[in-house]
Amino acid sequence: MKEPKQLSVSAIENGTVIDHIPAKSLFKVIQILGLDRFDNQITFGTNLESKKLGKKAIVKISGKFFEDADINRIALVAPDAKLNIIKDYEVVEKKVVEVPDHITGIVKCMNPKCITNYEHVKTKFRIISKKNVSLRCHYCEKITSQENFKII
Amino acid sequence: MKNRSLVSIDDFTTGEILETLDLAEEFEKKPVQKLLEGKVISTLFFEPSTRTRLSFESAINRLGGKIVGFTDSNTSSVSKGETLHDTIKMVSSYSDLIVMRHSIEGSARYASEIASVPVINAGDGANQHPTQTMLDLYSIRKTQGTLDNLNIFMVGDLKYGRTVHSLMMAMSRWNTTFNFIAPEELKMPDELKLYLENLGLKYYEHSDFTDIISRADIIYMTRVQKERFSDPIEYEKVKNVYVLRNSMLKYTKPSMRILHPLPRVNEIDPDVDSNPKAYYFEQALNGVFTRQAVLCKLLGIK
Repeated sequence: MKEPKQLSVSAIENGTVIDHIPAKSLFKVIQILGLDRFDNQITFGTNLESKKLGKKAIVKISGKFFEDADINRIALVAPDAKLNIIKDYEVVEKKVVEVPDHITGIVKCMNPKCITNYEHVKTKFRIISKKNVSLRCHYCEKITSQENFKII
Repeated sequence: MKNRSLVSIDDFTTGEILETLDLAEEFEKKPVQKLLEGKVISTLFFEPSTRTRLSFESAINRLGGKIVGFTDSNTSSVSKGETLHDTIKMVSSYSDLIVMRHSIEGSARYASEIASVPVINAGDGANQHPTQTMLDLYSIRKTQGTLDNLNIFMVGDLKYGRTVHSLMMAMSRWNTTFNFIAPEELKMPDELKLYLENLGLKYYEHSDFTDIISRADIIYMTRVQKERFSDPIEYEKVKNVYVLRNSMLKYTKPSMRILHPLPRVNEIDPDVDSNPKAYYFEQALNGVFTRQAVLCKLLGIK
């Protein structure tokens, strides 16, 4: 019997497709982009097969086009993510995310003795490794690595 | 450097560090100079530290400045639940410069962003204590005549020792060779060794004082604390390995000097004290001159 050829997550007419998200990072991506507060139609697929990532996730957001600075924030948890900008069911633009040099907010500093965990101070980090993303806290100077990311 | 803060030694360029050391030399020659006349300096010791506080207060007094502040957060508004943010806001309108010590890491950097006046970090938890590093650099330069191309032995607790980390980072600017002597549990952290590797600097690790001690220009001793060991037996095994005794100094260079951030417990045998190579008490005095220099630099005086 022939396998039916179909998309795991149905196509969208206009909007953004974020592909190649590591499956374990899907909910972090949702949180970082604030998708849980969107009114747009959003479809997700997770634990899809991927040669590169093992298991990947995909998100399709109808009627939404992101600014680069916003989308680059997800690079912290999905450094290999690829974006397809869809207009009229056609891919009109492809983008890759870029890990920024500095980030403000988003991630908690993992050092329990850091001032950002005591007082109302927005976290600030310098990215010291872009491959396996790790962050140096601007305040306590301790390193928070990808496995320890807690999204604020 | 006027109106800048000193939170971490890396806040100063190499040139600025050397300028500060030169100024400290002037203060060593002439310690009493009324350069801070009419200035008010806040000393906020949220966490008690007698040695550092007295050194700062001595520096301020010798410069003719006035001090406001507290020596323990139990006697300040902090005990009423005031945030650091509000304390710093208030204090920066009362004074020309803030010296602060706090147990929370990053608190000094945060304070420097809130304050309208310069902030000197006098220790923020396990993070930074830049005036200690400055006085270590001063002591090294003074005893060796240079900071370039020295061989520095760091001994004891290299894992948690804040002073050795800062000193290592600072000395890496002058082509230093490092020898790290520590028990397995307290070895220099990998990220710091990686830092040296990236700079192409040489370092060697040892688990005890070996015969290479004769190569040392500086031996920087630190305390091996019992509470750092998960297994008390491990502590018992190593506690006497990292003790410096006079007999071990026989074949060291005549110009070699022994430094220690103090307080010392038993890691330097008292029989070393009378050896001219023992420099740790002079080192503490140098702290007053270097703090005088830092205060003047940040206030734009001299």
